[in-house]
Amino acid sequence: MAQLAAVVGVGQTKYKTKRKDVSIAGMVREAAVNALEDAGLTWNDIDAVIIGKAPDMFEGVIMPELYLTDALGCNGKPMLRVHTAGSVGGSTAIVAASYVQSGVFKRILTVSYEKQSESNAMWALSNPQPFSPHLNAGAGGYFAPIIREYMRRSNAPYDAGIKVAVKDRLHGAKNPLAHLQLPEITMKEVEDSPMLWEPLRFLEACPSSDGACAMIIANEELATKSPRKPAWIRGTAMRSEPTMYAGREQVSPQAGIDCAKDVYAQAGIHNPRKDLDCAEVYVPFSWYEPMWLENLGFAEKGKGWELTMDGSTSLIEGGDIPWNCSGGVLSSNPIGASGMIRFAEAAQQVRGEAGGHQVDGAKTALGHAYGGGAQFFSMWVVSSEKA
Amino acid sequence: MRDVAIVAFAQSNCQRDAGAQNEVELIMPVLTEVFKQTGIKSAQDVDFTCSGSCDYQQGAAFAFVAGVDALGAVPPIKESHVEMDAAWALYEAWLKIQMGHAESALLYGFGKSSPGELPIVLSQQLDPYYLAPLWVDTIAFAAMQARTMLDSGEITEADMAEVVARSRNNALANPHAQLKGDQTAADLLKEATYVSPLRLHDCCPISDGACAMIICTIEKAEEWGKPYAIIKGIDHRIETHHIGSRDLSRSVSTEIAGEAVGVKNGKVDVAELYAPFSHQEIILKKALGLGDDTVINPSGGVLAGNVMMASGLSRIGEVAMRIIRGEITRGVAHATSGPCLQQNLVTVLEAK
Repeated sequence: MAQLAAVVGVGQTKYKTKRKDVSIAGMVREAAVNALEDAGLTWNDIDAVIIGKAPDMFEGVIMPELYLTDALGCNGKPMLRVHTAGSVGGSTAIVAASYVQSGVFKRILTVSYEKQSESNAMWALSNPQPFSPHLNAGAGGYFAPIIREYMRRSNAPYDAGIKVAVKDRLHGAKNPLAHLQLPEITMKEVEDSPMLWEPLRFLEACPSSDGACAMIIANEELATKSPRKPAWIRGTAMRSEPTMYAGREQVSPQAGIDCAKDVYAQAGIHNPRKDLDCAEVYVPFSWYEPMWLENLGFAEKGKGWELTMDGSTSLIEGGDIPWNCSGGVLSSNPIGASGMIRFAEAAQQVRGEAGGHQVDGAKTALGHAYGGGAQFFSMWVVSSEKA
Repeated sequence: MRDVAIVAFAQSNCQRDAGAQNEVELIMPVLTEVFKQTGIKSAQDVDFTCSGSCDYQQGAAFAFVAGVDALGAVPPIKESHVEMDAAWALYEAWLKIQMGHAESALLYGFGKSSPGELPIVLSQQLDPYYLAPLWVDTIAFAAMQARTMLDSGEITEADMAEVVARSRNNALANPHAQLKGDQTAADLLKEATYVSPLRLHDCCPISDGACAMIICTIEKAEEWGKPYAIIKGIDHRIETHHIGSRDLSRSVSTEIAGEAVGVKNGKVDVAELYAPFSHQEIILKKALGLGDDTVINPSGGVLAGNVMMASGLSRIGEVAMRIIRGEITRGVAHATSGPCLQQNLVTVLEAK
């Protein structure tokens, strides 16, 4: 039986295009120190470090955990490095939680990061794979046809994506750490921005960010003694499926459906829209909000866009199930950290620590991440209540 | 901690260049073999899957995604990946079993190093601001480590040659080994140095290949009705990246991990140590407190074949299979990563 574990500290950096003022180690350490301060702890209180990031080619450092051990106070301790594509930030949090839920460790530090300005993610994502056709598409080019298929099937209005782009940036303007600060953004401005990959416009795509996110996860005894409110981990789940196979449902992948069912069952969630107070979901391109609303069971098939359009997912419009109050991936995207930011922001909401983008009285929240060709999923549910 | 059983292990031959074989083709035969040993049909028959690989070996991002194709992950599976040797994938799965989220797990590691120049590629795992720009390769670092040990008088070149001779001799009985032979230490010492003081045979070869393993709870192993080896302890530690801050003749992280898993709490029949350079076997033997009654690297070790990202898990598999075959009752396996043994994992395995 899994032991209870909780997030007792969260630390993030400010997200921006280039962190020229710090090295990779300095940036990662900044997030870790912020998490330690939030938890009222020091390096000596940490039993192990679990680190995650997207492909090593994003910075050109192979297995960077080797180099980062000194900056993360890990000498003499266990260090593990997770890599599950774009879902890695979420997967890393789940692996980190298992260090404590297994009863093997009492309190651990987990960190995810990307310093995209050190290299070129578009290049690293698109270099040819041996023995495989070369797509040279980047992420947006890969997902655009899948989005077009969603639009065709659902008859969604053409501006549902535009609405998400505006909504998440208005959320982001309430989060001082968010990379894009666009408090004046309008539907027209998004619509007028250059078309990158039909139907995705420039302002419907995530930015490229530098940044790191860290969490301290502790066992029940230590979490109870923590100075600030813990976010109890009520369920964790991961699922994977291949990039391509005959008959693959790419608009609403089975791995995402299965993963959500699994994590809801663990957390006692029967109706996600009703039982959850908010969600931080990996939406790197605007249209993925309505698509994931359906995949994750918040809306019926073909109806996800209705929740987007009627403001149900907007904190500012007083929606009943706000999505991505932090601004989401559309406002900050240090790729390897983006999943962990979702998980950490979900924790901040139920701890009551989300500041200007806090959902009043949030008790239970979902953190979600996906990666690869929408084939790797990781999710957790956190709550202010133990059970 | 609950005991965890190793019920199946398979490894490919270590080959210098797998040619046009891609990762999926390297992985599938070892998966098929462990499924057969366990008596199951697919990855859907275990609760969790985890792998270890490194993108830079093949020179393209997302090497592990190809691995998922080899799994036939339809319907979807619970799956994860470490950008580390697959021995750490075993650790991740071991935690899943400890916490009750899985009763069984499939692990695999794979590496195709032949497309690039591995030693120089690995120079890019160093501190990117101060060390990587110097392009110091893994062999140069290991040579420096050997030099400090020779200069202090702790070892001699003959000691290093003895390690290699034993490894090559042991490998004669290992059908998967890449390098084997009956040379004596005296023969080896006649060869020229490669990167002084290392001779070419002091360095592990570069190999392509894969390995896979299935672990489970003791209850599940009994249910499957398969013989098994028991993981009594597993621990991993890392130490400073700054070579200048370390005593290179010691492996402090191995000492801590070995202590944590209780290596010294019983007789160690066999130890499989991931020592990519001959002198490192001497360091590891000392760090784990192994005596002369322990047979070290009966497989020939990685000096006989080194599938980077799989070799650590293979060390564990080698010991487990000896226990399963009833040849030994207690053994130690070790995995390493990073320059000059920076990060280390130690397991203690026992018969039931």
